[in-house]
Amino acid sequence: MAVRASKELHDGDVVFVGIGLPNLACNLARATHAPDLVLIYESGAVGAVPDRLPVSIGDPALVTDSLGVASMADIFQFYLQGGRIQVGFLGGAQVDRYGNINSTVIGPYDKPKVRLPGSGGACEIAIHAERVIVVAPLSARSFPAAVDFVTSPGHAGKYGTRKQLGLPGGGPQRIVTDVGVLEPSPDDGELELVGIYPSATVDEVRSKVGWPLRVRSDLEKYPPPTAEELRLLREVLDPTHLYI
Amino acid sequence: MKPAGSKVVTSKVVTMKDAVARLVRDGDVVVIEGFTHLICFAAAHEIIRQRRKDLTICRLTPDLVYDQLIAAGCARKLVFSWAGNPGVGSLHALRRAIEKGVPVPLEIEEYSHFGMVARFSAGAAKLPFWPLSDYRGSDLPAVNPLIRTVRCPYTDVELATVPALNPDVTIIHAQRADAEGNAQIWGLYGVQKEAAFAAKRVIMVVEEIVESAVVRADPNRTLIPGFIVDAVVCEPWGAHPSYAQGYYDRDNDFYVAWDEVSRDEARLRSWLDEFVHDVADRAAYMDKMPGLRERLKAKPRFCEGVNYGF
Repeated sequence: MAVRASKELHDGDVVFVGIGLPNLACNLARATHAPDLVLIYESGAVGAVPDRLPVSIGDPALVTDSLGVASMADIFQFYLQGGRIQVGFLGGAQVDRYGNINSTVIGPYDKPKVRLPGSGGACEIAIHAERVIVVAPLSARSFPAAVDFVTSPGHAGKYGTRKQLGLPGGGPQRIVTDVGVLEPSPDDGELELVGIYPSATVDEVRSKVGWPLRVRSDLEKYPPPTAEELRLLREVLDPTHLYI
Repeated sequence: MKPAGSKVVTSKVVTMKDAVARLVRDGDVVVIEGFTHLICFAAAHEIIRQRRKDLTICRLTPDLVYDQLIAAGCARKLVFSWAGNPGVGSLHALRRAIEKGVPVPLEIEEYSHFGMVARFSAGAAKLPFWPLSDYRGSDLPAVNPLIRTVRCPYTDVELATVPALNPDVTIIHAQRADAEGNAQIWGLYGVQKEAAFAAKRVIMVVEEIVESAVVRADPNRTLIPGFIVDAVVCEPWGAHPSYAQGYYDRDNDFYVAWDEVSRDEARLRSWLDEFVHDVADRAAYMDKMPGLRERLKAKPRFCEGVNYGF
């Protein structure tokens, strides 16, 4: 997933980074095809070049040698709402057929089955980033037809489509999972399978989503990670195996 | 003209015990801010020791600091935007209070980070609300009736709004301040400035108290002016297990260990007894963990000064 997610980043992109796999993916991209990626963390670090794998989104290593440090008011108002962020990374406990993401609650809000951490910056990242990359392992439980709670809006839902709502950002453009990659249909925003890893089958992917999954006719077959990519991840970027 | 720093100022320096006794009251709306960085655990522990209750506690990320206040029964309500143990998992005391009302029931009011930042911005600017382009398509406004909308009088565009947040008291931890409370912060400074300006009372806790001349030599680094500060507390290591850039690193092991400690209510209570109720102050807390200072002390990484001349 980290290798696939890294390939979704273009050199020079300004990226709003989350902790965990997104952070690994960004640093892998920086070490390979995108040395000029600008990493921005919601904590305020701009142009971060962390010298160790940050454990938290506010790690002191994000500040040392960064381009700048901004207040969170500036981060959300000028950087994100101001339309300066090309890529936002999001995860979540549930992702549905239109790319709506739930990181708030499983079950009813007032009587939750599982209480999750909540939005953090996810809601506004989903609204404002030019494109959102979602990184989440695929399973029927995590990819239902409709999420229990919309924390971060996808392409359509009970409040309307992105266009009807006038959302400035492009929403979830790529959903990178552990078996393949989903992408919204240009027609109705429903997520479809666009690419698959060598170890997975289409039937397997279909069994792990809660709606009848459409498959693109030009389905991509991704090559396995190269030895160099694996070496970078395992020996350089996450040597203590915090995330992989 | 008076030479710089010639004004005679009354020192606002007091002990943490006195600051909390005088400025934090039962039923207050309390903010201890700091995003991962500079979270003043020392103040939270003193609030617990003085057994404050019925507090409304507000923070973007409740973090361990509010998990502890909640476990101690100090809080009646939590206002927040992301409630977890960063990189570890759940906040167990918080979940027990919401799900089972233990040790006391806890009401919640939930926003996103941008919403919380905007609430502090409105509070600091003394505006009744703050407009933001947010929440369309999200279920958050459906569960929080305080997230509303306004129509722009110029463009007719509909914008989300959140109400001002004006805490009774905001507690900020900074690397250094002078005795009047002119505080300098470097590294991440989150929403501290807005949270301080929004508050009726401000407690400034610092790693070091320095001469005013030190502050005046580098005025761009001053985030909060002393004239909005009510009390200054010198509390080295007061942010542990959070961190202070240039002073000590985040105690990530503590955050991981907290998952175990807080999972069991009885174990958490005995932790509070041992590390909060049964210690007199921060220095005594630090003495209980020999080797901690050596393990977390920051490596030197100084920046060159700039020319402020004219």
